[in-house]
Amino acid sequence: MTAVYEAQARCEDIWETLLDSMLRIRYFENEVKALFGSGLVRGSTHLCQGQEATVVGACSRLRPGDMMASTYRGHGAVLATGASPTAAFAEILGRDPGLCGGKGGSMHFTDLTHGAIGSNAIVGAHLPIAVGAAFGAQHLKSGAVSLAFTGDGSTNIGAFHEALNLAGIWKLPVVIVIENNHYGEYSPLAATTPISALVDRAKSYGIRGEVVDGNDVLAVRNVVGEAFDRARDGNGPTLIEADTYRFEGHSRSDPGKYRPPGELESWLARDPIERFADLLKEREIAGTEIVEAHRQQVGAEIAAALQAAKAAPEPQPERLYEDVIG
Amino acid sequence: MAEMTYRDAVAAAIAQEMERDPSVVFLGEDVAAAGGVFKATVGLLDKFGPERVVDTPIAEQAILGAAMGAAMTGLRPIAEIMFSDFLAVCWDLVANEIAKTRYMTNGQVSLPLVIRTGNGGGVRFGAQHSQSVENWAMMIPGIKVVAPSTPRDVIGLLAAAVRDPDPVLFFEQKSLYATKGEVEEGEIVDELGRATVVREGRDVTIVALAAMVPRAQAAAELLAAEGIDAAVIDLRSLVPLDVTTIANSVVATGHLVTVEENPRLCGWGAEVASIVAEECIFDLDGPIVRVTTPHVPLPAAEALEDAAMPSPERIVAGVRHSLA
Ligand SMILES: Cc1ncc(C[n+]2csc(CCOP(=O)(O)OP(=O)(O)O)c2C)c(N)n1
Ligand SMILES: [Mg+2]
Repeated sequence: MTAVYEAQARCEDIWETLLDSMLRIRYFENEVKALFGSGLVRGSTHLCQGQEATVVGACSRLRPGDMMASTYRGHGAVLATGASPTAAFAEILGRDPGLCGGKGGSMHFTDLTHGAIGSNAIVGAHLPIAVGAAFGAQHLKSGAVSLAFTGDGSTNIGAFHEALNLAGIWKLPVVIVIENNHYGEYSPLAATTPISALVDRAKSYGIRGEVVDGNDVLAVRNVVGEAFDRARDGNGPTLIEADTYRFEGHSRSDPGKYRPPGELESWLARDPIERFADLLKEREIAGTEIVEAHRQQVGAEIAAALQAAKAAPEPQPERLYEDVIG
Repeated sequence: MAEMTYRDAVAAAIAQEMERDPSVVFLGEDVAAAGGVFKATVGLLDKFGPERVVDTPIAEQAILGAAMGAAMTGLRPIAEIMFSDFLAVCWDLVANEIAKTRYMTNGQVSLPLVIRTGNGGGVRFGAQHSQSVENWAMMIPGIKVVAPSTPRDVIGLLAAAVRDPDPVLFFEQKSLYATKGEVEEGEIVDELGRATVVREGRDVTIVALAAMVPRAQAAAELLAAEGIDAAVIDLRSLVPLDVTTIANSVVATGHLVTVEENPRLCGWGAEVASIVAEECIFDLDGPIVRVTTPHVPLPAAEALEDAAMPSPERIVAGVRHSLA
């Protein structure tokens, strides 16, 4: 093994980025939960604690010019592109310096400066759009890759299938990652979906399929990295099924009572952040104390971000009329 | 000047824009090799090649998604939805995605794209291939809605739509594809949101769109024989709407009749009537009359479809009612 390759396998070059990014999302989401719980923010929100490794591992492969589309459960994905937590909090709080000036809200984070082209609240609708972004990249020979996250439940909606078919027939540079958290809103996958391996759907569109442990950040990073390489080399799209779990309910109003006893606990035992911390310790890359220092530092960063967002002004009323058309 | 069909004007307009701007791409079902089911895009594949003139699967959501995503990367896509009735299967992309993205992203994302579609009846296709759905489109904030009535305007307005920074729904009236008109030489490009007074008149203002324009003109001829001098306005675009041209004419004539191919409820004429009522009620000397298709799905039978469509005679009757 060459030195470089060994370093990669040991993730020495990237572990801090991955760890910090997962912690940032976890702490961000915990604060969002509290904001909604306290009634400070109305509407709904869809949290992703437990799914951090999937978005962080995948987004760690984005390069400048690449594009990432996500769902309403998109805080993690957008933060994983490098978007500002302050602007993200401000968006949720309906403040002027929010990612979208407060016009998007919790379900609609967009940050073009980091390649986050949209978070969509219509199940599956972002997939044809992500495929279209890949069509643009292919046409312009820009070398960009389009990455999209989508839920297990979304694999039953028409847009998913139209998007995969088009990606397959045009061999587009798109990577679609199914965040299989095993539930739609409240329905378990088995109640809505006649196959258990969602990746099998790739076959009917002539697309390569991969399955990955979505709670293993390095495994996700590897499989997505290979998919990005194929996409950039003109070898077409990949559908990746990442096995994961959301620790919270579907949305703010969902306590998750439909989960069988013990299920949540079994997944908490596979917490992606703790697993990564264990791995860092095992491989003697970072011990408990160093990881603890990262927890403290990112925790402080998130606390400061929330404070800054809370202090930010609300949008002026005339913003209501702006940006309807150009 | 050359004579051209409305159908050929579509291909001429797309060619004009593709020659001018390499970022314009055109995609849809059977639009390339086959030249479109209405033969409105014949020759484009040969001229511009398969990278820019692209046949897609039968997947309307994928077509509009492809157009939207590509617009995000800097292209200016023209997407065809074969029949406007099929907008219903991709209405999510139109109403929830394409129309709202600029706003929801606080202006970060512009979508300079055009959705062209064959609209309207009079071609005996029955209820799922004949609807005039411009009123569906008009009620969604964030998209522009254009519908030309002549070959010349097809070119001028399609060119304007392609160059516009916003998404434009471009309705081509199927019953007009075979009609001919004079088209000037050289580049043609109009401005969106300008109506045309196609006939000056002192006694009544008839406002029409697309295939209803020639019918309104025919009605004006019938009225002229009775000594009634009707002005006819071709709206050309519903969003933006040229309120000034409408209001100026109504103030002069004191009477307004709208002629719509869309079914009656919530047709664009109701919006025009409400604007005129708000802005110029004291200039009116008679009721505002709307001539529309009745609120029914369009039937296939010739006798029934013809009875549904606003005819010159029904427009004349509408004018008489306003003047009575
Ligand atoms: C077209 C559409 N149908 C239904 C909904 C309501 N809805 C929101 S989230 C959701 C469940 C989606 O499940 P999944 O795709 O597994 O994603 P997850 O929420 O688990 O991340 C549903 C049904 C919606 N937003 N859009
Ligand atoms: Mg799910």
